[in-house]
Amino acid sequence: MHILFLICGLISIGFVLFISIYLIISGIPAIREIGLVDFLFGQTWASTASEPQFGILPFILTSIYGTGGAILIGVPVGFMTAVFLAKIAPPKVAAVVRPAVDLLAGIPSVVYGLIGMMVLVPAIRELFNLPDGASLFAAIIVLAVMILPSIVSVSETALKAVPKEYEEASLALGATEVETYFRVSVPAAKSGIAASIVLGIGRAIGEAMAVIMVAGNVANMPSLFSSVRFLTTAVASEMSYAAVGSLQQQALFSIALVLFLFIMLINVILNMLLKWKREK
Amino acid sequence: MKKILSLLVAGVMLMGLAACGNSGDTSSTGSAGSGSGASQTAELSGTVNTDGSTSMESVMGALIEQFESDHSGVTVNYSGTGSGAGVTAAQQGTADIGLASRDLKEEETGVKSITVAKDGIAIIVNPNNPVANLSVEQIAQLATGEITNWSDVGGNDGEVVFIGREAGSGTRDGFESITDTEDKCKYTNELTSTGEVIANVASNPNAIGYASLSAVDDTVKALTVDNVAPSEATVLDGTYKIQRNFNFIVSDTEALSDVAQAFVDFATSTDASDLIADAGAVPLV
Repeated sequence: MHILFLICGLISIGFVLFISIYLIISGIPAIREIGLVDFLFGQTWASTASEPQFGILPFILTSIYGTGGAILIGVPVGFMTAVFLAKIAPPKVAAVVRPAVDLLAGIPSVVYGLIGMMVLVPAIRELFNLPDGASLFAAIIVLAVMILPSIVSVSETALKAVPKEYEEASLALGATEVETYFRVSVPAAKSGIAASIVLGIGRAIGEAMAVIMVAGNVANMPSLFSSVRFLTTAVASEMSYAAVGSLQQQALFSIALVLFLFIMLINVILNMLLKWKREK
Repeated sequence: MKKILSLLVAGVMLMGLAACGNSGDTSSTGSAGSGSGASQTAELSGTVNTDGSTSMESVMGALIEQFESDHSGVTVNYSGTGSGAGVTAAQQGTADIGLASRDLKEEETGVKSITVAKDGIAIIVNPNNPVANLSVEQIAQLATGEITNWSDVGGNDGEVVFIGREAGSGTRDGFESITDTEDKCKYTNELTSTGEVIANVASNPNAIGYASLSAVDDTVKALTVDNVAPSEATVLDGTYKIQRNFNFIVSDTEALSDVAQAFVDFATSTDASDLIADAGAVPLV
């Protein structure tokens, strides 16, 4: 029986190793050929032009701005929802809101994309009087909604884990309930809340399907209302047509490698946060 | 009790579904096999190598699938390397059949082309756009950003939103080569499927885009180009300009192998028409 568990454990480790090694091996050649600096900091991506250029700075910046924007909008909303659910909401209300938020996590990303494309993109076009609504801004809104569930549920768990005595002591000293939540409960749960934010970043930076449908996918340097391409969508949109073994295909693997490193970095940060939480 | 009952019902329904699937499959393969004759199946065997245009991928996919299921001993390989490489492969004999989504140039000698299909690309705008006709030159100017406002081509005042496909797409390649705008197009939106292009044009009053003729529906308006409306008929007689040929390129001097010849015959026969049409191109016969 022991051996069965061991094999199952090894299978998942095996997949992680296989994917990492495969990505590194297939991602390196193009970076070598293009040059690391030209690849990472080149501002022009024209993979199929007669004189192709492979600069992915627009994708890197778009991914960073897009994720940052989603965090900027998603975190305050998600955090407040978590405080509401954990501390303020009457049990009956919480019983409705909580499953609703959880359900948000279960909606497939293509559905987010579809609704974004059909409703959000035209709405942005009308609202801001733009020629076209598919933009970084549309992607930020969609991503902000998509990261809500992870922020809400992880923050809520952290807030609920704060010992009741802390809050009771604060209330006994004359603090109001809201003061107690924000001065006592939230600081006590801060590592959990930080972990929820990192989790949200991880989800936002890795999302491709919903983004590809609302962001416009032109390899522009990012600005809020222009059509942009993320790291994920750069790989997704060209992979199906890139000739096998061509520099274009190798460069797409290199983009995937860069994305992979970003996500690894986020995971390391997450692990450090969780460790910090345990040590306290 | 209820649980067991519902499980049973679900099980029965699944079996029913499976049975439906099976019967459907067998009947369809049966009819396809009998249609092309059992005598050929025994004779033909071997490999056909085809090499070239990426735009022809879906047409080739449909043709190869049917041909291989008709002749069990035959393998047809397709590799998408581009029209130029397809012509070279046919010239050097590295492929039995080269594929080119353009006609042969004068300097490309030693080979001849056999047109198997035509590909019409519709220029689509929002139904609310008053513009109904554009010249090829105007379309190119709209695509490259030389014209940025619809009022310059007789439409309402509004910034032109040019929507296209991602790099590498056959439709994009076709549009850009026909309008001579390769690497010069200023896209507002690069989408990964024809359906998305149509949906975006349908929702944006200032949008213009291109899509395979067969995919265009009522939600968008297909423009007439130089006063010719796009249709299978105008693509076939050559009056509709935004179109190109899908060609097989074969050697002038060396005869094709039996199996390669059979594949060419199949691709140019009426049997292939529906397959070609389903794959989004216009069949010649």
